[in-house]
Amino acid sequence: MNFLIFGFLIQNALTTGAIYVLISLTLVSVATVTRIIYVPIGEIMVFAPFGLSMLMSGQVPGTVWLLMLLGGIAFLQDVWQMVRARGRHGWRKPVLLYLVMPALVAGFSLASTGPGVPFVIKLVAACLAPVALNPVLFRVAFQPIASATRLVLLIAAIALHFALAGAGLYMFGPDGLRTPGLTGVAFRIGLIPINDQFLLILGACLALIAGMFGFFEYTLYGKALRATAIHRRGARLVGIDPDSASQAIFTIAGVVAVISGLLIGPLTTLFYDSGFLLGLKGFAGAILGGLADYPMAALGALALAGLESFSAFYASEYKDVIVFAALIPILLYRSWRQPAQLEEEHFE
Amino acid sequence: MNRWRVAAWLALAAAVLAPAYLGDYPLSVLDNIMTSAIIAIGLVLLTGIIGMVSLGQAAFAGLGAYAAAYAALNWGVNPWLTLPIALLAAALPAAVIGGLTLRMSGQFLVLATLAWGISFFYLAGALPMFGGQNGLSGIPPLSGPGLALGTDRGMYPVTLAGLGLVVWISLNLLNSNFGRIIRTIRYGAAIGESAGANIFLLRLTVFTIAATFAGFAGWLYTFTLQFLDPNAFSLDNGIQYLFMAVIGGVSNIWGGVIGAAAYSLADRFLSGYLQQFFGQSFNVNSIFFGVIMLVLMQTARGGIWPFFSGFVAPRRRNFAPLAPPDRPPPASGAVLRVAHAVKKFQGLVAVNDLSFEVEAGEILALIGPNGAGKSTIFNLITGLLKSTSGNIQFLGQDITARRSRDIARLGLGRTFQHVRLVPTMTVLENVAVGGYVRNRTPLWKTLLRLNRAVERRALAEAAYQLERVGLLARQAELASNLSLGEQRILEIARALNGNPVLLLLDEPAAGLRYNEKQQLAELLMALRQEGMTILLVEHDMAFIRQVAGRVVVVQYGEKLAQGSIAEIQRNQAVREAYLGVD
Repeated sequence: MNFLIFGFLIQNALTTGAIYVLISLTLVSVATVTRIIYVPIGEIMVFAPFGLSMLMSGQVPGTVWLLMLLGGIAFLQDVWQMVRARGRHGWRKPVLLYLVMPALVAGFSLASTGPGVPFVIKLVAACLAPVALNPVLFRVAFQPIASATRLVLLIAAIALHFALAGAGLYMFGPDGLRTPGLTGVAFRIGLIPINDQFLLILGACLALIAGMFGFFEYTLYGKALRATAIHRRGARLVGIDPDSASQAIFTIAGVVAVISGLLIGPLTTLFYDSGFLLGLKGFAGAILGGLADYPMAALGALALAGLESFSAFYASEYKDVIVFAALIPILLYRSWRQPAQLEEEHFE
Repeated sequence: MNRWRVAAWLALAAAVLAPAYLGDYPLSVLDNIMTSAIIAIGLVLLTGIIGMVSLGQAAFAGLGAYAAAYAALNWGVNPWLTLPIALLAAALPAAVIGGLTLRMSGQFLVLATLAWGISFFYLAGALPMFGGQNGLSGIPPLSGPGLALGTDRGMYPVTLAGLGLVVWISLNLLNSNFGRIIRTIRYGAAIGESAGANIFLLRLTVFTIAATFAGFAGWLYTFTLQFLDPNAFSLDNGIQYLFMAVIGGVSNIWGGVIGAAAYSLADRFLSGYLQQFFGQSFNVNSIFFGVIMLVLMQTARGGIWPFFSGFVAPRRRNFAPLAPPDRPPPASGAVLRVAHAVKKFQGLVAVNDLSFEVEAGEILALIGPNGAGKSTIFNLITGLLKSTSGNIQFLGQDITARRSRDIARLGLGRTFQHVRLVPTMTVLENVAVGGYVRNRTPLWKTLLRLNRAVERRALAEAAYQLERVGLLARQAELASNLSLGEQRILEIARALNGNPVLLLLDEPAAGLRYNEKQQLAELLMALRQEGMTILLVEHDMAFIRQVAGRVVVVQYGEKLAQGSIAEIQRNQAVREAYLGVD
């Protein structure tokens, strides 16, 4: 291996690593607030670049209709709950979040299909539906079982992944997609050509991490989410609605996932089901952090990306095997760190 | 014979005679369903019985399938003799993966099996020895004198026998000493550990058995198709097997069979008909099953089985009491000696330099205000927590650093502050859990139902303990039917079934009605008459006055006073601690 290849592999590792870091940090924060391992984050990731490509060719992305459909279901669920609980909840949230918001997103998307619409508007339109989908998905899939065991939540998350992957195939078809780079600038540091996407991803990654840190550390709402993560019932007693907190963290997860998806679009050919594998590698990092420790999760995700980059060079056929087999020592480390627990999780 | 049993025999006859009246295609569908059912039954054991989830069962099936095919193709092993190879090929990696992850909470196992499921798919697709993405073809069929098993029709009897064997083995497993102890796992490892069981090893055993079932299904698959490629063993398939088990119902072995049938038939219907309407690029199955699973999780986590379970009356026999062998002789001197025990949780000192002794044949009550450290002392004695310093001796042996199950095996029985019983087992079965260690049989004997004599004895011994505590008449009822007072007494019977020298009772009178307290007090006094030593934590002073010979008062983790009830009641420090009198 020469220096050039080394530099290239490192750059590659940092680029994908930054994405994995974002995913794993998001998964950790969702897991701490809601106890849900948000498996479908991978689907949300790919919805954005596919949506962008459909908007570029003048079509309305299917995610918009999916959002409206699920919004309708969520609204009916809330109405049903209100009928049963005799108006314990207000009308404002269901109407705004599940009816008005999807309608606005649909209107914006419809308006931005035209050929004359600036790229930035289309970009925003492509992001809106996949982001808005997340709080609705929480309402539809998870809120009714929010107090169930982690295992039940995980099975529900996998089921949701299954359904969304099927929907992805229906909306976007089986063909791969590679979006063009966002800037097209390229330069060199020494001999190593630096990809513009590389800098963009690193920058976005750092900005998002700083944003998440600032949100959780300095805003009241971020602190409320952290309180929910630590003690759900306690948070409820001081006036934090755990369901809304969960929807907020789902929305944040959606924002990060959509940005990650748009950033990775130009780097690799995406398929409707690519997100799952990307998300899974983010998981691996999150596991290293025990689904609770942010710095360890980030380090783990970076290490995994390095391993992937170098094994892709040396043994490309075994790339994924090596990456997932690396989970075994990671789990060994976790099992050594964490003493045997005596309380079990039940299924029912 | 009731009519449901008649229906069951008719169904069995219909299944055995199916080749006589069904064509090749329906038989191939049935082969497929039965193979899936074998994997789903393994998942029922895992998910429904011990509360763990695996997404990697397709990969274990793949290991069994590829191992069998490889041995038959490259080593020329007779296809029949590849069976042990297939089973081992699934069981050994399962033992390793389980060994790495089963100490941790359930979700880590799920993620490990998920990663493992993906790895296997890529590995099988990349390894030249497995034919890569092209797979392995030309696998010889199972054969024998006068037998032609190379077709779906030929494999039908083999698959049916295989499924029958797996169901039989699973039912044997659950209806045994082993089955009773693993059914406690979902309700907290502390139950099993305090009965002397190694819960980690039990979970590992069940995980390995489930993987071995999958390996067996893979073996059947190999010789039914005589062609293998990695796509049959992808993660998606692993997820589908889990869906089958959950849809069928994970509370019962038959849920696996029902789930496999329901899933496969729905899958075929959707692919066959709906795909034509919506076009090839619409994976309607994936959406359909995803949504079905979400609805099930929200409305009916028990799946389909509960709709059938009403028809199947459980066979509940009454057992005549039989005294257990080798009951320990009454001890003498100090049974338990706690010396200078200290337990610190980071900054907090929960137990500080506490010393006391429990003499043989006495009932000693440990009392103190809330937060005094009573529960911590209990946990130190039972080995759930390790003391920071100090020494605890039980029957002359140092148990300070021993594990819970080892201390239990020395002769320490306990009950829990919040009753921990298996509500779906009978009263008798719950008591039998306490005698787990004494009535163990080798696993193969349990699987093959060669443990009947031990089983009868185990249940008769449990009946003896029920008679001792006065619950014998309720033995065939479900534990959940008992009142709280009866459940507490049931826990005592379970502890007694371990032949303990010392009984630790954690707030046994809490939440009991007056009559129930009287019954409990009488029971404890009767036990003391028999020579039992009892240490109890309790708040109810009237109850303590009735049963306890001596009292140790604890405050802020330190011993405030000890002595007879009368001495304690006169003690000024105790009065201050409880009443705040100057």
